[in-house]
Amino acid sequence: MNRRESLKAIGLGTLTAGSILQGCKPGENSGSGADVQVATTGRQDYEIARDKKLVADTFFDKHEMATIAVLSDVIIPKDTISGSATDAKVPDFIEFIVKDEPEHQLPMRGGLRWLDVQCLNRYNNAFVDCTAKQQIELIDQIAYPAMAKPEMQQGVAFFNKMRDLTAIGFFTSKMGINDLGYKGNSPGKWEGVPAAVLKKYGLENV
Amino acid sequence: MQIKKSSEIYDVVIIGSGAGGGMAGYVLANAGIKVLMLEAGPFFDPAKDSQQLKWSFESPRRGGNATRPMGDFDAAYGGWQLEGEPYTQKDGSDFQWFRSKMLGGRTNHWGRISLRMGPKDFKCKTAYGVGDDWPITYDEIKPYYDKVDRLIGVYGSMEGMDNDPDGIFLPPPKPRLNELFVKKAATGLGIKVIAGRGSILTAPLPGNKDRGACFFCGQCNRSCKIYGDFSSSSCLVIPAIKTGNLKVLTNAVVREILTDNEGQVRGVSYISKDDMQEYQMNAKTVILAASTCESARILLNSKSAQHPNGLANSSNMVGKYLHDSTQGGTAVILPQLMGRDRFNEDGVGSLHLYAPWWLDSKKLDFPRGYHLEIFGGMMMPGYGGYFGFEGAVVPFLNGYLPGADGKMKPGGGYGLGLKNDYRRFYGTMAGVGFHGASTAKEDNYCEIDPSVVDKYGIPVLRFRYKWGNDDVNQAKHMQETAAAMLGKLGGIPLLKPQGPETNYGLDKPGKGIHEVGTIRMGNDPKRAPLNKWGQTYDCKNLFVTDGSVFTQQSEKNPTWTILALAMRTAEYIIDQRKKQNV
Repeated sequence: MNRRESLKAIGLGTLTAGSILQGCKPGENSGSGADVQVATTGRQDYEIARDKKLVADTFFDKHEMATIAVLSDVIIPKDTISGSATDAKVPDFIEFIVKDEPEHQLPMRGGLRWLDVQCLNRYNNAFVDCTAKQQIELIDQIAYPAMAKPEMQQGVAFFNKMRDLTAIGFFTSKMGINDLGYKGNSPGKWEGVPAAVLKKYGLENV
Repeated sequence: MQIKKSSEIYDVVIIGSGAGGGMAGYVLANAGIKVLMLEAGPFFDPAKDSQQLKWSFESPRRGGNATRPMGDFDAAYGGWQLEGEPYTQKDGSDFQWFRSKMLGGRTNHWGRISLRMGPKDFKCKTAYGVGDDWPITYDEIKPYYDKVDRLIGVYGSMEGMDNDPDGIFLPPPKPRLNELFVKKAATGLGIKVIAGRGSILTAPLPGNKDRGACFFCGQCNRSCKIYGDFSSSSCLVIPAIKTGNLKVLTNAVVREILTDNEGQVRGVSYISKDDMQEYQMNAKTVILAASTCESARILLNSKSAQHPNGLANSSNMVGKYLHDSTQGGTAVILPQLMGRDRFNEDGVGSLHLYAPWWLDSKKLDFPRGYHLEIFGGMMMPGYGGYFGFEGAVVPFLNGYLPGADGKMKPGGGYGLGLKNDYRRFYGTMAGVGFHGASTAKEDNYCEIDPSVVDKYGIPVLRFRYKWGNDDVNQAKHMQETAAAMLGKLGGIPLLKPQGPETNYGLDKPGKGIHEVGTIRMGNDPKRAPLNKWGQTYDCKNLFVTDGSVFTQQSEKNPTWTILALAMRTAEYIIDQRKKQNV
């Protein structure tokens, strides 16, 4: 079967070329890659259709997205090496991944609501409308699993997930991969571990 | 609705385009024989369709596994479950069946670990007192292993080991930093660690102008755009098409093999996914290579007056002796590597270091043994890659190890400290996988489920598979080896030790994706469907060339043996055609 012909047959022919061109040039991607392109080359028809549907659908509302943005920047802030989670468009990744892996939807939606109710009771405001000091005060109670009080355990579970999704979204973005210092994915010749590194660990003769 | 019957008669029809079908097609097409190959999935050419060199951020799921179980860039169109094509279980079994429906099948994404079986592996009963001897010896198959090495290319090191025969090797790749730590630990336990053996062109393949040499991206599981590793699609089927003698029909799902009044094969019945119409094709000879379980399914579904319990099944052994390899392993974070030097450590997408079975099983409570596959190093940060290993555990482990300032802090956290922890842990993981020999048993089998069909109306397979005491004892020994290695390695284990309640961590059968044995070779037609040439005893013009032909697996990964046996069977067919026997 010719893949391009089959794509045309389901009406995706015109979109295909553009996606391929942009999908093949990682260097020209935006900071995050979060303006999601649906790749078509080497993809099965059902995968393409599914990706397009996920991109078109919306799960989180504006308030939830605003809360996710604040939380993600608390988890991964800007420093001298790289930008923050929102600089890398982590909230857009989280919006996509909860549609892709629906098991995250309930814990995320419920966890965001749990957070707002905690803040309303304590500070009379939803989380995003609290002061930065109040936000951190609450996060400190759910960000350290071994130290959290029993009544905050639901918050711990939510923050664990939020932290994981933020870290995944950030460190798999172009910005995050550069930050980690991954040097591969570039054709070359592998000659083994540099001699100086071997020496540093005493592995010259292993 | 009607069945469209072709009047054309093909010399040979091959069912399946993976390692076994691809090799048979390649040999026959190059001998000038007109071949039609039926593939149940779409065409796949790694040069065009591979996801090689894509960055994680080019996947909306960052390489995650929502649609492809081994990650978004993995070159398998399929998985453990296929929509509308179920399989069922019997007696509380939980066999796992990985299918990849595409040109080249599972060879597009496989690990490229290319090991020969040894002399004792072909004489299992004689050498170890379990299972059955093959009807062939290592010496009989050695010339074919040699030819496969030359045709496809395999790297490795010359070691002169008795039951782990050397091949004709390209230079092996150097190990990664983390892998050296594991090697040192294993060596300290008396385990001999050698270079891996993989079908990747670490140097140009002599005499081959169609395939490029490896450029070390470590992404073999995505399939290779320059054909630098072995996939049946790139190295066998596409070159065979270029001879003009092999035609591939894609999206053709075989329903059954048809026989004539004498019970000999006359053709194949299939459904086309493209138009959902039914077709029949005529063939003088049929080669079945649809994969170990699918081939058994096709035979069992091919019932006729002459073959009432399925084709080539007068022995009643088709589907039986299904066996997969045993699996175990462990992984650690090496604290001494925190904040390690960054360099391109992608290497090859197969094994750098490997340890063949190193003990005498006569002194142990299980026969035969397992080998070690060593892994580790800086991988592309991706969901399921870095964030399946060291990245995922950072918010826990950062409470167990001192920070960059030397001070302890509570695990978890957020902010600049956490961001820095992700950097420090990056590239610190190392580990070892164990892959062992399981003995084929008659009561581990697949059969036709009497009441379930797939979306094409084809009856589906039902599995019955239980690990035996030998398998569990082997898994226990793997746990003991893992513990001993962890002791030497130091570091923080990422996997809990497993005890009897989990069969010592023994994975579900099928998860090794080394399933073989359902249409076995044997010298006794009452006990085996195939003779030693891969020809069915019941139909002289029906052959089998995939993993189903194995009489008995070893701890060596099966693909290289499938290739060698398929080449041998194809040459036998050429010979028999000359003698007008088929």
